[in-house]
Amino acid sequence: MKRESIVPAACAAVTYTVLCHPHHHTVFIVLTDGPGNKDDITRSKNEGKELSKEEKQRLRKQKKQQKKQKERKNEKSETEKEKTPVSLLPPPRPVATQKAPSALPAPASAPIPVPASAPFHSSPAPSPADKPAKSKAELKAERRARQETDRAAKQPGSSSSGIKTKVPLSELNPVVKRLPEHVQVDDPAVVKRLAKKLERQQIPLRSDYGYKVSLFSHLHQYSRKAPLTQQLSIPSTVIHPSIVRLGLQYSQGIVAGSNARSVALLHAFKQVIRDYTTPPNEELSRDLVNKLKPYISFLNQCRPLSASMGNAIKYIKKEISNIPSQCKEEEAKTKLLTCIDRYIEEKIVLAAKAISKYAIEKISDGDVILVYGCSSLVNNILCEAFEKSRKFRVIVVDSRPRLEGREALRRLVQRGISCTYVLISALSYILPEVSKVFLGAHALLANGYVMSRVGTSQIALVARTFNVPVLVCCETYKFCEKVQTDSFVSNELDDPDDLMVTRKGKTQLENWQDVSSLGLLNLVYDVTPPDFVDLVITDLGMIPCTSVPVVLRVKNLDQ
Amino acid sequence: MELQAVLMAAGGGSRMMDLTYNTPKPLLPVGNKPLIWYPLNLLERVGFEEVIVITTKEVQKMISTDPKVKLDVKMKLDLVCIQEDADMGTADALRHIQQKVKTDVLVVSCDLITDAALHEVVDLFRAHNATLSMLMSKAHEFTETVPGQKGKKKTGEQRDFVGVDDTGKRLLFMANEADLDEGVVIRKSIMRKHPRMHIKTGLVDAHLYCLKKSVVDFLADNKSISSIRGELVPYLVRKQFSKSTNSPKVIDETHQNLKKNDSNVNLEIQISSRDEELLHLTQERSCWNDHRGDMSDAYHGGRLRCYVHIMDEGICYRVNTLAAYIEANRLAPKLFDEPAVHPSAVVSERCLIGADSIIGASCQISDKTSIKRSTIGVSTTVREKVKVTNSIIMHGVTIEEGCNIQGSVICSNAVIGRGADIKYCLVGSAQRIEPDGEHTTASPHLAITHSPTPLYSN
Repeated sequence: MKRESIVPAACAAVTYTVLCHPHHHTVFIVLTDGPGNKDDITRSKNEGKELSKEEKQRLRKQKKQQKKQKERKNEKSETEKEKTPVSLLPPPRPVATQKAPSALPAPASAPIPVPASAPFHSSPAPSPADKPAKSKAELKAERRARQETDRAAKQPGSSSSGIKTKVPLSELNPVVKRLPEHVQVDDPAVVKRLAKKLERQQIPLRSDYGYKVSLFSHLHQYSRKAPLTQQLSIPSTVIHPSIVRLGLQYSQGIVAGSNARSVALLHAFKQVIRDYTTPPNEELSRDLVNKLKPYISFLNQCRPLSASMGNAIKYIKKEISNIPSQCKEEEAKTKLLTCIDRYIEEKIVLAAKAISKYAIEKISDGDVILVYGCSSLVNNILCEAFEKSRKFRVIVVDSRPRLEGREALRRLVQRGISCTYVLISALSYILPEVSKVFLGAHALLANGYVMSRVGTSQIALVARTFNVPVLVCCETYKFCEKVQTDSFVSNELDDPDDLMVTRKGKTQLENWQDVSSLGLLNLVYDVTPPDFVDLVITDLGMIPCTSVPVVLRVKNLDQ
Repeated sequence: MELQAVLMAAGGGSRMMDLTYNTPKPLLPVGNKPLIWYPLNLLERVGFEEVIVITTKEVQKMISTDPKVKLDVKMKLDLVCIQEDADMGTADALRHIQQKVKTDVLVVSCDLITDAALHEVVDLFRAHNATLSMLMSKAHEFTETVPGQKGKKKTGEQRDFVGVDDTGKRLLFMANEADLDEGVVIRKSIMRKHPRMHIKTGLVDAHLYCLKKSVVDFLADNKSISSIRGELVPYLVRKQFSKSTNSPKVIDETHQNLKKNDSNVNLEIQISSRDEELLHLTQERSCWNDHRGDMSDAYHGGRLRCYVHIMDEGICYRVNTLAAYIEANRLAPKLFDEPAVHPSAVVSERCLIGADSIIGASCQISDKTSIKRSTIGVSTTVREKVKVTNSIIMHGVTIEEGCNIQGSVICSNAVIGRGADIKYCLVGSAQRIEPDGEHTTASPHLAITHSPTPLYSN
């Protein structure tokens, strides 16, 4: 039976379809976008059992959230105020961490009913709190559904049987996630919270430097001349020496590049684990994770963590927490060390080999390949292709202020590959000669956007204009759940003094701080939309950019 | 633990025998604190909690017994005594404590007075995984006239030639004029790797070194090296570019030629650490290079690296000559903010004490005295109508009335008789200047030391 309910005026855009399940005598609401897709409804009927349970879970969560909100309203009114501006951000700062809008641009393929239904649910999530006016029938239906969920909850074993997709419950959480602190630098409350947290962990706070361009004033901007070690004691006791060394190498740029940073991080963690001893009355699985937290904050202060580092840290923390409590310390430590070695071997070294294998298929004799900056993976691919006697030549495009292309040029020429070197301003001049473009990536976001060194999106855009295929090479461990559609929301601001250049003894921008209307901006990353990328070569194979969410889901299932 | 601090306080002060024949150099008062207090304060400020102090038995006795020598440091001092007559160099001393050294060391000399930011030196050591990292400073001309010397200081001292690369951090070349026969010889291999080298001569070596543990172990095997500054540092700087350090084949040969081969092989082995392949993987994937223009990898594939931090501004003195001692006395008070006049000093109201003078504890300054730009030591008695200008008066000195002391150094327990007029002289320990004597630099008795009997005026 189908019945159209009276739609409240505020939700006019969404139509409700009220279904009555024959077996359970429940009335549950299936929220569909648009004029009720027939397939959707038949599907939902067939999977009626599952949806009902998920509905029940959702409603249960709703109740819990309402309770929590009421409690918190009385205690901490400030955090509430903080949360509401967070949830009602203006368009230039979309709520990046909310999973809901992510599924909207991605085609809601059939085996993903849950994330597809999440956005439909997120809109009414604030609605019980905000819009008290609702139609009677709806309220009745909700109440009946709630009763059913309570009844179903009492029945043992019925809750989890029907769920097809083993999606973790956190994905059903309709509450807006908190924005990470590193993109809220202009909010003094957040900065205060961060300072308190660092003080608790005994890590010095690195202060921002120089005038920040207003569009990016929500990001940190540090100076390389003020390292964090200035405020640390010299035989560092709070932070393990190898972590201090790593932080220094990050902030000075000695270890740069997504892969290098992850490998260096894991190497430092190996030293930490080797030197670790469990204090009495503590368990290794919990204490070691707590020990790692201040180190991670320290590294974050030295240089914001990359997506690959974030995934590596998640993996290690999971491995540590999975150590059984009866395991002896030596055994646990060796187990962890072998886990780390295995992770590096699988995700970085072997992945590079697999990617080279796929990529070499795409390189044919007589190709002119364009690369940008210095990506370790792309260099690896080109060197291997050259060893397999493919005939091609390379054009290296470089840009200021990092000028990383020089290092890529050196490595390729050292192997004997013939190269041309241009700056990015000559891109449209050189592109008619190019047959394909290989780009490296810092991270692949959940909506298919490619986050890479600033300038990559330009290369992809111009290449698309010239109809040159753009291939992005990226290992799967760099895929991250973040969603971004522009480069403003979350980025990294490098030292603005890098933009100063001294020619013939004169530095024109020497006193840029004195000029009040001048701001120097040194961005590090930018995002490329998936329309400009033709193929992503990963260790799982060659996939289109839009299949990144699938890979992420498969990864989550594996774990 | 990351670093262990080692303080070398066994030196004799051979270049200022006038001052040190009675008081050991580490205990010479500078700004009314023993000289050894300054490096210890530096280490304490930076965050060290323990220091290994290598010193002589005499100094150890004086530290523990003499009430005038108060060290006021909260750190744990591990005093290691060596024989004074053993003539041990700094490297020998390091070899002596090899058992105590468990990690990398920071070697400091006891005569260093500086306000340098130590983290700059240590950061170079950490970030580049260097074998040696040291501190140097631009030398400043000494402006004060030195008692006992006519005219300005002669610049006949041996110069040090220090070669750094373009960034100013990597140490490429170090040699002393005494070791060079005719000219400065620079190997072609260095020029090929670093085409631009800046050679500086006006630098003061602060004798502050960060050394890797493998270097200390290397010293234990190589008994021929006896001085860190004179032999070890130039050796390490040269070894950066030697072929044997860079070729990987050496590692295989060690098992056969352990004793026979040159000891640089041992140094090579210990440079490599566990997880070497991970470090190699990191360097391979990282898009950073310390130089550009040639085809080689970062650091030219070298495993041994020496770095130097050259201070442009700030105080950095090594108190090993009389001139440096006087200069240090002028500037040392800026390093700590204790009040200029010690609270326990008895100073009468009708005396004139300049703002840049320091009066030590338990002093007695009588009326109508004028003290300008001077340092008065502990338990010194200054009677009426005395004029002290630009001088250093050490502990326990008695200055009778009507004296006029200018630009001089009066060592401890001396007695200056009534009405003496002392200009630019150095009065040794426990000497007596008879009343109404007039002593200036021009007089033949300019440095009044060692004489058991009082001198007569001219």
